[in-house]
Amino acid sequence: MRKSVQLFSSKKVAPYVFTAPFVITFIVFFLYPTISTIIMSFQRIVPGEAKFVGFENYRILFDKTFYKAVSNTVVFTFWSVFILVTLPILLSVLVNYSITKFKNPLKMFIFLPAVVSTVVGGVIFRQIFGELDTSFMNSILSKFSIPPQQWTMKSSTGMLLMVLLAVWRWTGVNMLYFMAGLQNIPNELYESADIDGANWPHKFLHITLPSLQPVIVFVVLISVSAGLKMFEESYVFWQGSSPMNIGLTILGYIYREGISFGNLGLGSAAGLILLMMILIVSVIQLKYFGLLGKEEQ
Amino acid sequence: MGRTVARFFSYLFVISAAIIAIFPIFALILASFKPMTELLQYGLNLKLQPDKLTLDNYISIFTGGGNYLLWYKNSLIVLLIATPISLLLSSMVGYGIAIYQFKGRNLIFLLVILILVIPIEILLLPLYRLISRMKLMNTYAGLILPFLVSPFAVFFFRQYVVGIPDSLVDAARIDGCTEYRIFFQIMSPVMLPAYGAMAVLLAMNNWNSFIWPLIVMQSNARFTLPVGIVSLNSPYSTNYKLMISGSALTVIPIIIIFFFFQKYFIAGLTSGSIKG
Repeated sequence: MRKSVQLFSSKKVAPYVFTAPFVITFIVFFLYPTISTIIMSFQRIVPGEAKFVGFENYRILFDKTFYKAVSNTVVFTFWSVFILVTLPILLSVLVNYSITKFKNPLKMFIFLPAVVSTVVGGVIFRQIFGELDTSFMNSILSKFSIPPQQWTMKSSTGMLLMVLLAVWRWTGVNMLYFMAGLQNIPNELYESADIDGANWPHKFLHITLPSLQPVIVFVVLISVSAGLKMFEESYVFWQGSSPMNIGLTILGYIYREGISFGNLGLGSAAGLILLMMILIVSVIQLKYFGLLGKEEQ
Repeated sequence: MGRTVARFFSYLFVISAAIIAIFPIFALILASFKPMTELLQYGLNLKLQPDKLTLDNYISIFTGGGNYLLWYKNSLIVLLIATPISLLLSSMVGYGIAIYQFKGRNLIFLLVILILVIPIEILLLPLYRLISRMKLMNTYAGLILPFLVSPFAVFFFRQYVVGIPDSLVDAARIDGCTEYRIFFQIMSPVMLPAYGAMAVLLAMNNWNSFIWPLIVMQSNARFTLPVGIVSLNSPYSTNYKLMISGSALTVIPIIIIFFFFQKYFIAGLTSGSIKG
């Protein structure tokens, strides 16, 4: 008995005890589901029975609906990444170099939306962008003689809502990433540029941006990955069924087919396509910028 | 002169951004104290008529709030069970990978990175099938178990522990501490800042998490807050009173906690927006 206790706390066994929680959950909740989703993607599944149908599910995916889901997802990812990199860089530079008074409160206010869930953000945005003429955004538009919009009914304004919601929640977080990056730029670089008589656009392009590159890579990676698996920003506006599928994303498609319609095979195939997209992006990133850009963090 | 103008526009831009950031939160909290007739007509705005402010919407949570209080309870239970266990297990794994040289270590670390890169969302359907076969649908266990060990937290703890000098562990071993006592009594206190950051990140993820609770908790009484709040917005009858005051009531506590623990929030939420 005593011997087994000693063995249990020996340096040989301890590491396996420490890492066991990960190994167990990895096998049960990752490895097994991965294998099972690959198998399911080749099956037609109805309650109680599963039949192999070859590539049938993947063939079904080549239709207008899935294409719409992919294109919505890509458009959303493009805009959210673009804005969530440029706007926070601009803000971080201004807050860091230009703002002296109320620096901390301003930073905190810009960060605050990050603690609000997307769901509550959606509740708020639905009210602000309500369709009545008297709704907040429409009443502002009317001051510029722009007719009131039915925001959630059109493809362009629907996309705008989703992108705005993501931008609202994440700008502050990304700004703090960039501010951390700015701390690492030695002041001497700016001073010697001053001596050379460089103006601020020159300093921004030749000192600030290149120094921020690792942080930019990191932020782009997490934003692309978050964009490709976007679901909530759409669900909070349309609860899974938007007019003409204007809010349908890849994950929304997986949810609808797999959970709402119970078509686990088709949903699995869509999931694997999503996996491929994310892997391709990750590999490109890995190849050009090193391990996730994380070692630089 | 040019500098002053530049500074003025910097302030203008940053202050506008700050106002746009907090306006929606402020408008929500303000609306939760307004009579519903006004909200139905104008939506959220900043109009303030002090004599019309009312607690009516909050009272309705207790009188006609349906399952709202149950959702609150469910969310709190998940938060209070999942966060500490998650912290303990994830820190153990990260610590194990960082401290020991053992067979399989590199493989385990590689798998942690792999799960970090591959979004768990693509496994929702097989996980759904697994959980329903385990008869865990509509249970806290089904909600919590698949995400109990957070790969991101493991990675974070591993990085943190690697930065702590080995001499601490070596000295403890010479003093005759067992491996587990070294972890719990010597190293855990040293890892406190990492625990703080990850506690905030994991707690926020638990409190706000949406798609998995949406799938697992299918009966109304089992909903968590985010799932419940979304369900209020039905095309047939939207309970605006509850939606607004209920939403405000999920945000206000977090904002209060945020102002007390800013440092940990920032450390946690900027440690990586990757979901844990």
